[in-house]
Amino acid sequence: MSTADAAQWPLWEVFVRARRGLAHVHAGSLHAPDEVMALRNARDLYTRRGEGISLWVVPATQITASSPDERDPFFDPAADKTYRHPTFFALPEGVEHL
Amino acid sequence: MAQLADNDIPAPEPPGHDALVQEIEAAQRGAAQRPGRPEAAPPAPPAPHDEEELQARFDAVIAADQKIEPRDWMPDAYRATLLRQLAQHANSEIVGMQPEANWISRAPTLKRKAILLAKVQDEAGHGLYLYAAAETLGVDRSQFLDDLDAGRQKYLSFINYPTLTWADTGALAWLTDGAAIVNQVPLCRSSYGPYARAMVRVCKEESFHHRQGFDALWALTHGTDAQRAMAQDAIDRWWYPALAMFGPPTRDSVHTEASMRWRIKRFTNDELRQRFVDICVPQAEALGVRLPDPDLRWNEERGHYDFTEPDYDELRRVIKGDGPAGRQRVAHRRRAHQAGAWVREASAAHAAKRRARAAADTAETGADIGVDIGVDTEESAA
Ligand SMILES: [Fe+2]
Ligand SMILES: [Fe+2]
Repeated sequence: MSTADAAQWPLWEVFVRARRGLAHVHAGSLHAPDEVMALRNARDLYTRRGEGISLWVVPATQITASSPDERDPFFDPAADKTYRHPTFFALPEGVEHL
Repeated sequence: MAQLADNDIPAPEPPGHDALVQEIEAAQRGAAQRPGRPEAAPPAPPAPHDEEELQARFDAVIAADQKIEPRDWMPDAYRATLLRQLAQHANSEIVGMQPEANWISRAPTLKRKAILLAKVQDEAGHGLYLYAAAETLGVDRSQFLDDLDAGRQKYLSFINYPTLTWADTGALAWLTDGAAIVNQVPLCRSSYGPYARAMVRVCKEESFHHRQGFDALWALTHGTDAQRAMAQDAIDRWWYPALAMFGPPTRDSVHTEASMRWRIKRFTNDELRQRFVDICVPQAEALGVRLPDPDLRWNEERGHYDFTEPDYDELRRVIKGDGPAGRQRVAHRRRAHQAGAWVREASAAHAAKRRARAAADTAETGADIGVDIGVDTEESAA
């Protein structure tokens, strides 16, 4: 028998919250037949040493990503607005806490 | 855990272990702190069809020591090199479970058994991290497994040697997992992002493998004469297979030049082998064992140990599957996979049933009924 049977299982992206106060961070991916098994497998694969207190699994096909080819045009609007950073503004000497 | 205590003598930290662990953490920090400011970014992307400009941009990313990510353009040869390396690496983790699994049922104490189980489970995990990294390049992991089962895909040669005594599990972990760390720590800074990230996880876990192997040998070398002899015998047999893990000498390696240029690899096989020998000698002294090489001695001028290189002809034969346990390993892997088919079929059937039921419920009530699977448990658990 070929291994192709397992390949029919969808790909899930796994996100782990390491501890309270932190966001979930992408940890990797895995294959599983459904979300229940995806969570169990994610626990066994990515949190064997207490790396997380909460897991998200998301079907990889459900993620929409920006394209690397249009990276610069897509993020362009942020590039020429240096005044959005506080360091854009020169401070007179002696002024603090601003 | 108290119930796992046995009468072992606790081993000290093996000399040189610290430096490797620090290097893994530095690689992780390096990737996290890479500046995202515009001045540090590679040049603007060209039109997607201009091959020459795409190549130039790729080269600029590599030259700036930044990461290539899955959806970036990459030269076909870079992709092929990565896939070859990832496949060989992942397969080694998967087949590499077998030599030690051989001793799980016969471990001398409950503590050693629990540790060995955890280690073998880690190796399965390493295979999965690496398959996941390979899949970001658009291949399917079933391809790797089919190639492995058909004998088309290689894995590390040491796996084709048998584990004859309990001391082999210690020697194998101390030497071959030790060699794996030396090989893999620089891969935490590999130019391909998913590979580098997988390797950070792998290396952190490998250092537990390395340590527990040293610890198991320490217990034996501080035991009876028979136990000491058993440890020495295992080390005698595993030393050269471990040295061979670094691959053919750089002068004969067909892949080294390109892999180094692309920063997939960071050091030559010979540099890594030397580093491994230099790390092992003081650890062997601490254990009170002899490394089976009469020509092993410190070379003041080079600042390294001189040593006898492994038999590379044997290495070539064993990689082709000629090792004492070669055919057995692949046959066992195939058998285990076939024996697990019913589990995969059952879970697929169960998932299909649940999907059908959820669809029927939705049609009936017109509402989308969520399945309570306890995703966010930290609120109640903490
Ligand atoms: Fe491993
Ligand atoms: Fe390992």
